[in-house]
Amino acid sequence: MAEFLTTPFGILVTIMAQVLLVIGFVMISLLFLVYGDRKIWAAVQLRRGPNVVGPWGLLQTVADALKYVVKEIVVPAGSDRFVFLMAPMVSFVLAMIAWAVIPFNDGWVLADINVAILYVFAISSLEVYGVIMGGWASNSKYPFLGSLRSAAQMISYEVSIGLIIIGVILSTGSMNFGAIVAAQDGNWGLFSWYWLPHFPMVFLFFISALAETNRPPFDLPEAESELVAGYQVEYSSTPFLLFMAGEYIAIFLMCALTTLLFFGGWLSPVPFLPDGPLWMVAKMAFFFFLFAMVKAIVPRYRYDQLMRLGWKWFLPFSLAWVVLVAFFAKFELFGGAYARWAVGG
Amino acid sequence: MTPTVLAFYLFAISCVAGGLFTVVSRNPVHSVLWLILSFLSAAGLFVLLGAEFVAMLLIIVYVGAVAVLFLFVVMMLDVDFAELKAEMARYMPLALLIGVVILMQLAIALGVWTTAEGVEIAARPDAVADGGRHNTDALGLILYDKYFLLFQLAGLILLVAMIGAIVLTLRHRVDIKRQDILQQMYRDPNESLVMKDVKPGQGL
Repeated sequence: MAEFLTTPFGILVTIMAQVLLVIGFVMISLLFLVYGDRKIWAAVQLRRGPNVVGPWGLLQTVADALKYVVKEIVVPAGSDRFVFLMAPMVSFVLAMIAWAVIPFNDGWVLADINVAILYVFAISSLEVYGVIMGGWASNSKYPFLGSLRSAAQMISYEVSIGLIIIGVILSTGSMNFGAIVAAQDGNWGLFSWYWLPHFPMVFLFFISALAETNRPPFDLPEAESELVAGYQVEYSSTPFLLFMAGEYIAIFLMCALTTLLFFGGWLSPVPFLPDGPLWMVAKMAFFFFLFAMVKAIVPRYRYDQLMRLGWKWFLPFSLAWVVLVAFFAKFELFGGAYARWAVGG
Repeated sequence: MTPTVLAFYLFAISCVAGGLFTVVSRNPVHSVLWLILSFLSAAGLFVLLGAEFVAMLLIIVYVGAVAVLFLFVVMMLDVDFAELKAEMARYMPLALLIGVVILMQLAIALGVWTTAEGVEIAARPDAVADGGRHNTDALGLILYDKYFLLFQLAGLILLVAMIGAIVLTLRHRVDIKRQDILQQMYRDPNESLVMKDVKPGQGL
């Protein structure tokens, strides 16, 4: 067995098995995240939410997914057929491949590359194409308006996400997630993590993540009160399912990013408990809970308010923060909280 | 055939095919999508060269921002294809001439191409310059230490270009309503509201 694993074919099989493991984890989490999202939303509005299929309605998402798959795919007559069907695939595949560099524990990662953050950032900047292509190929007014909004919105908030990430990279001296988490390992448990030195950026990152994934209160590309459902109007059946799955996977990825960058990844919040992947999953679930709560309690922004917030507040603030962090790190102020190169490598 | 060679040929073919279809596509939106494929394949080629930082930068800057703006503009343009085709036929001889000249120049340049010493070693992904630094570090050292002034100068030129573009396109329109958030927040209810006790049937 050990011999087989060193042959080229054996290596291929090992990699495939690891990939399937990560995909399996993401897909199964997806089923319960959609359920959890609806349940939390229902609880805030004093409804019951899904409670019919399976115990406590746990299998509701499975039933929904099956229903989507067996329905008929409707392609509008005036649409660009190839691009129309490409768009949901692009959206789903891009959301999925970003998980290749996300570690779940020390060393538990598919591709341990040294530009991991840049890779995730690059992939999440590509996700806008699924929306634009879908909106354009539908050859209809509302999807087109939705895709235009989405393009402008995602470009705007990418800028501030990029600057926030630069602050973390400056403090660590590495773009590898393993090194970033290792740099947050200290004697004070959860007070060694980056959320404390980079405190204001945690909020900015969370809000930018909401805008980047088109979540409420920034879900203007699919605002149902004005654009029906935005870029998804003409989609039915499996293509719609792929769009929705891609969106939720992107949200879950943002939860993982928040955990890794600011909340110590798999590190235990208290010194006497062991570190492990369970902490990572628990933190990701917690941030998804916050995402769901924001969806339930915050009213939708107007488009000009969204642009104003992105360009006039987030961009100058995060830019000034990068300069400030560079200054703190260079002169090792605050007990070296901003300069952890020796720890991270 | 090793996986690297296979990946190289895949990326190279899709890069060239993307470039070709960018030119021959009838629909400009398809052209931009093919261009994006070409960019992505080029990024793949950079990864194979061991220049992962440049590859990621290519994707973030060109595919994630520039091509989105291209697509944005092209989608909203109302292009008259018949007119474009007629124009193209008129300029075809000139275009062919320019193409032949550039091809000849390339042929001459490639004919006298020699490789400088040390390039072979630097091009290998595993042999990173400066004692085992990643290429992100190496690039940073070159840009910010060795060529610091030139880098700052390039940044200054870009800043001037950006300010110039803003100055050229900015129009102060006076005839539209604007929302001034600070003014809204600092408004005093006592100054803007008057409470009146209206008797039934009388009005103000």
